[in-house]
Amino acid sequence: MALLEIKDLHVKVDDRDILKGLDLAVSSGEVHAIMGPNGSGKSTLAHVLSGKPGYEVVGGEVMYEGADLLELAPDERAARGIFLAFQYPLEIPGVATMTFLRTAINAQRKTRGEPELSTPEFMKRVREHATKLSIDMDLLRRPVNVGFSGGEKKRNEILQMALLEPKLAVLDETDSGLDIDALKVVADGVNRLRSPNRAIIVITHYQRLLEHIVPDVVHVLSRGRIVRTGGRELALELEAKGYAQYQDEAA
Amino acid sequence: MTAEITPIKTDAEIGLAEAFRALRGRLAEGAIAARREAAFRHFEAQGLPNRRVEDWKYTDLRALMHDAKPLADAPDAVAKARAKSAGGVFAAVDAQRIVFVDGVLVPELSDLTALDPGLKISSLADALGRGTPDIGAWLGNAGPAEGDVAYAINTAFMGDGAVVEVEAGARIARPLHLIFVYGTQRAAAVFSRSLVVLAAGACLTLIESHEGPDGLDYQINTALDLVVGERSRLDRIKVNAEGNAALHLSTLNATIAADANVSDFTFLTGGQVVRSQLFVRCCGTGATLSLNGASLLKDRQHGDTTLLVDHSAGGCQSRELFKSVLDGASRGVFQGKIIVRPGAQKTDARMMTRALLLSEQAEADNKPELEIFADDVQCGHGATSGALDDNLKFYLMARGIPERDAETLLIQSFVGEAIEAVAHEDMRDALTAAALHWLAGRP
Repeated sequence: MALLEIKDLHVKVDDRDILKGLDLAVSSGEVHAIMGPNGSGKSTLAHVLSGKPGYEVVGGEVMYEGADLLELAPDERAARGIFLAFQYPLEIPGVATMTFLRTAINAQRKTRGEPELSTPEFMKRVREHATKLSIDMDLLRRPVNVGFSGGEKKRNEILQMALLEPKLAVLDETDSGLDIDALKVVADGVNRLRSPNRAIIVITHYQRLLEHIVPDVVHVLSRGRIVRTGGRELALELEAKGYAQYQDEAA
Repeated sequence: MTAEITPIKTDAEIGLAEAFRALRGRLAEGAIAARREAAFRHFEAQGLPNRRVEDWKYTDLRALMHDAKPLADAPDAVAKARAKSAGGVFAAVDAQRIVFVDGVLVPELSDLTALDPGLKISSLADALGRGTPDIGAWLGNAGPAEGDVAYAINTAFMGDGAVVEVEAGARIARPLHLIFVYGTQRAAAVFSRSLVVLAAGACLTLIESHEGPDGLDYQINTALDLVVGERSRLDRIKVNAEGNAALHLSTLNATIAADANVSDFTFLTGGQVVRSQLFVRCCGTGATLSLNGASLLKDRQHGDTTLLVDHSAGGCQSRELFKSVLDGASRGVFQGKIIVRPGAQKTDARMMTRALLLSEQAEADNKPELEIFADDVQCGHGATSGALDDNLKFYLMARGIPERDAETLLIQSFVGEAIEAVAHEDMRDALTAAALHWLAGRP
């Protein structure tokens, strides 16, 4: 059985139909790319999976580990292993990044009935992952994302993903706003987290991220539905031909 | 036909007049008595301030102060016993403690005999009794609070308080903690007045805390005259943890000399009706002033911070940051006025106030004002009020942090930005702990 199974999902935002019968199945160990033009519903899918308020599910179902995901609050979803890397990571003045990381890890552990991480163990993990992502420890003493560059914000997202060890990670346009060097650091970070026990959904508009994070499956999302599914060669085809044909097909 | 309009006196005004007549009968003649008389006349001419008085627009004392409580008696043994654990917020801070119970200095609870060198402390009541001439010269003379009604009432009724002198060049190592405790089980009124004078090049950290029992509608009117000499440095932290039915009026009347540095922080969680007034005048060039505060209010609490920064001399810098967290049906008021006098060139003044509303019933009133009479200055002010940011809350929840914990973290960070201004780490920690304690008690 797939880790995540979405059937005929219909979602409204501000009374507008955004997702219109979306089907998707993702199993552990797989990396899926979801590509599509602006306004096709890519970010909506990411937000619905993570439980952001303001998205009204009007039809269909989302099953995660065999249970109804839509009934759970965002924090419960996170504790069960769902992680969303934000397209625009938010700045939280006054909360040190280290405090934020520790609060998040221990909150999840508490919800799962596990003991809190000891300070040395926590610090060891942070140092290990931060080094791999070229994140300076001084940066982590500063408030969350405040004054961080675009690349630092995205690397901070991947650091959180590494520390929280999700079963399903959704990367929402993680490539946006990154130059090629920053893109490579982020992609390497994601590749290190590929595992038989983890599924990753990479949402992107462009093919270039997929040169670095090579997907097993590529889906084309257009006007709220998956209109085509294929291997990684589909991404190359999209790069060459653009999205125009799918917008026509869906119409 | 002409009609003379005489406002009907309220119970509180009548009560204050009766109390003053009784007090006057007990006091000796002299300069201080004349000062009290003049201050009372000033109050009587205006009555209690009401919403038609611009400076009191949001805190209608005429309506909020229902009566005048009798003056508190000297504290008995039971009241003193209650004061033993007072000032607990700063229990971890190694401070020199001076304890006032029901407005009266209690030597046996205070560290009067083991003070750091260069620090001199005496009782105001003793000084007034002796008629010490210095005291008369310092007490509020021509300070920026002159003319304020709450301050005038304090002058008329002032009982005891601390007279603190720091010698020129003395750097007092341990903070001085003035602890004011309301210890009696009967609702009464306390008028405490303190005087702190730093001679040139002196350095002092002053903590002032006020506390009392919940459910008792006692009345506190407290004032501090502060004279900061040239090149001296004062850090002041005031904690208001009065009982939840108390009326608390406080006035800071400060003058700052050239090249002096003053940093002030007010932490407010207590009281039913609170008006915290900060009047500060920069009298010499090169002075640096920082006024900050955090108010955490709930239920039907009313907390008013009103400040006046008077740049009389040029080349001074002032910064203000006040934050309020308003829950329940509470009301937070901030009025801040910066005056730049003619000739006070190169003034650099900035003021910011932010309110965080946690409920639909809470109310924030912000009134910043600038009056600038010089042409080469930098002045700015800003005010915001709003609810918790839902997007930030979602970000935290998406990382596994439950809703309530996410809110607590965000409120803590909001308040934390103001607490950051406190230079002493152990006091910052104590204030953060007090804020967390308040947050843990949210319904």
